[in-house]
Amino acid sequence: MRLKQTLAAIGLAALGTVSLHAAQAQEAQDDPGPAAYAAALKDKRVVLVPMAMGFDLAQGWNAFLKREVSSWGGVYDSRDPNWVTDAGTQALTDLVNSEPKPNVLVVHSPDLQSYSKVLKKAHKEGIYVVLIDNPMNFPADAYVGSDWDRLGQLEAEAAVKGCEASKTKEIGLVQGDAANATSILQYNGIKKVLAKHPEFKIVAEPFSNWDQTQSRTVTATMLQQHPDICAIIDFWDGDAVGAAAAIKEAGKKDQVKLVTTGGGASSACKALEDGTYYAIVMTDVVGESRDLNAVIKYLLQSGQKPGTSKTYIYTLEKATTKEDLRPGLCWNVEDLQAGKF
Amino acid sequence: MTRLLSHLTQEVIVFLLAATLFIAAVVFLSGFLQPANLILMVRSVSVLGILAVGMGIVIIGRGIDLSSVAVMAMSVAWYLQMLNSGVPGWQALGWALAGVVAVGLINGFMVAYADVPAIFVTLASSYFVYGFVRSQLIVSDATPAPAGSWILELPNLGLATRTHVPIDVYAFAAAAFIGFLFLRFTKWGRYIYLMGDNFMAARNMGVPVRPITVLYYLISALMAFVAGILTTSSIQSMNVRVVNSSMLYDVILVCVIGGIGLSGGKGYMRNVVVGALLIGIMGNAMTIMDFSNVEQALIKSIILLAAIIIDGLLNPRDEQTAQQGDI
Repeated sequence: MRLKQTLAAIGLAALGTVSLHAAQAQEAQDDPGPAAYAAALKDKRVVLVPMAMGFDLAQGWNAFLKREVSSWGGVYDSRDPNWVTDAGTQALTDLVNSEPKPNVLVVHSPDLQSYSKVLKKAHKEGIYVVLIDNPMNFPADAYVGSDWDRLGQLEAEAAVKGCEASKTKEIGLVQGDAANATSILQYNGIKKVLAKHPEFKIVAEPFSNWDQTQSRTVTATMLQQHPDICAIIDFWDGDAVGAAAAIKEAGKKDQVKLVTTGGGASSACKALEDGTYYAIVMTDVVGESRDLNAVIKYLLQSGQKPGTSKTYIYTLEKATTKEDLRPGLCWNVEDLQAGKF
Repeated sequence: MTRLLSHLTQEVIVFLLAATLFIAAVVFLSGFLQPANLILMVRSVSVLGILAVGMGIVIIGRGIDLSSVAVMAMSVAWYLQMLNSGVPGWQALGWALAGVVAVGLINGFMVAYADVPAIFVTLASSYFVYGFVRSQLIVSDATPAPAGSWILELPNLGLATRTHVPIDVYAFAAAAFIGFLFLRFTKWGRYIYLMGDNFMAARNMGVPVRPITVLYYLISALMAFVAGILTTSSIQSMNVRVVNSSMLYDVILVCVIGGIGLSGGKGYMRNVVVGALLIGIMGNAMTIMDFSNVEQALIKSIILLAAIIIDGLLNPRDEQTAQQGDI
């Protein structure tokens, strides 16, 4: 009897200690994460300065960032240089000199050099600089976008595949402009792949200056001068519309395979479906924007001083063809703005 | 020899230059002389040519219309936007044409009745048209034409498909011909020459200078709309970025280099055609040679400067030919 009572007392005491301990442990298990996250990110200002707001890539980034940044308590803003480099430089200078200063500048640069001076000043003022889509000769805190050389290689590989059935292995290029990094790097990538296929020849490589009408004119001239072209690589789907029109007018829609690259907006899927494009390397704006948002959140919490680190986040890309089509592959701005991604 | 040289007006010099470039291109570039390439070459300057017909008529009347490219792009972009939003075809066309006519009339009234210099009026209206339409009426830079629209059927017209000559070329030829008939055979056309040559004398003579000023700005705006429809028919969309490009300067260049002096009163539609052909030959040859835009701009400017300098040497300004400023 005495033994039973002793054992019961010990059991109750043990239970009591354990539960007390458990109660204490539960208090200790409050997650410190959300508080630190909110503290680091609240009211931080993010400003997007694209080359222009009026085209699909910028509209995609804008819609995504606006929703995300406001959801983590930040303040989001954007500027619209409307394709004029000087206006972009002016906008950046105003932002760097303004009060209160932005904490992160997301910059889509028109070329390798123009913004260097003002972005250097931004670093001095303690503003993080993240480059999106277009590389620059500037040590930004992060670059999010495509490895354009690799992208050119993917395009060339798709063109080589497209020309399998053709006897003559002639390829035409519709380049962008001679100063833009994406145009130069794509060209390098294409040349690298074609060097491995010596039977292929680039017979013409005019410039479209990113303009649809000019793309149509130069493609029509190219097709007229070299009627045996089996594939054309156009450096941006924004102006590839013109190249596609020229191919259609020449009656060579089945003979000439058009390969291009773009943001993956719904018009691209439509074009793949009806055979206008043979392959398109999509820069996956939604994935890219997610990476961008993650990098911004990281930089703001890292305690890293602006200008002291460099991160490259290259999107994983492939050349999408008609066989790869599936619902949801392409995005559209309305869905992004409504938060459906 | 001096008599021969004195016949070398700017018009003739430019024509000879164009012919020289043409022959050089035929000799050095294989495939240049093929009919398909020549048609392509004329096609590439057709839209520019139509704008230049309108601009040429304005310049002959001693005015200038810097808003024509803006009207071209924005009116058609608005029209396409309305069609895409489901506005019935005729209604949308009516609204777009009403807008074009309104801009032409406002330009004309401001220059003729309010006595504001043409360069300021048309510059302001070009910014206004671009800004207003871009921010209020359309959604993004590129507006596609809706499937099945009459604009997309234009290139398939029997005339174009049977003769293998694109519709743009016919439109340019028609515009130049109508311009020629207007300037040569109608009394308003004659009045425009009189006004351009000596505005005060024309006014004192009783020429209705103010209504005619409004008329030629209206013509320029309507030509711009036609040019816009043609641009859209070939690429199935209208990208308004063209307003910020150098297209306006190319239009003025086509007129001036062809021989229509900016001081007004002289020039014919054939000058527009010659100027357009010169630009076309240069552009086509340089595209075949894969020149980048920067290189093309450099070479174009050197050739055009050469044309102007040769003209300056052979036709120096004297008391008779000197004018009181060019615009």
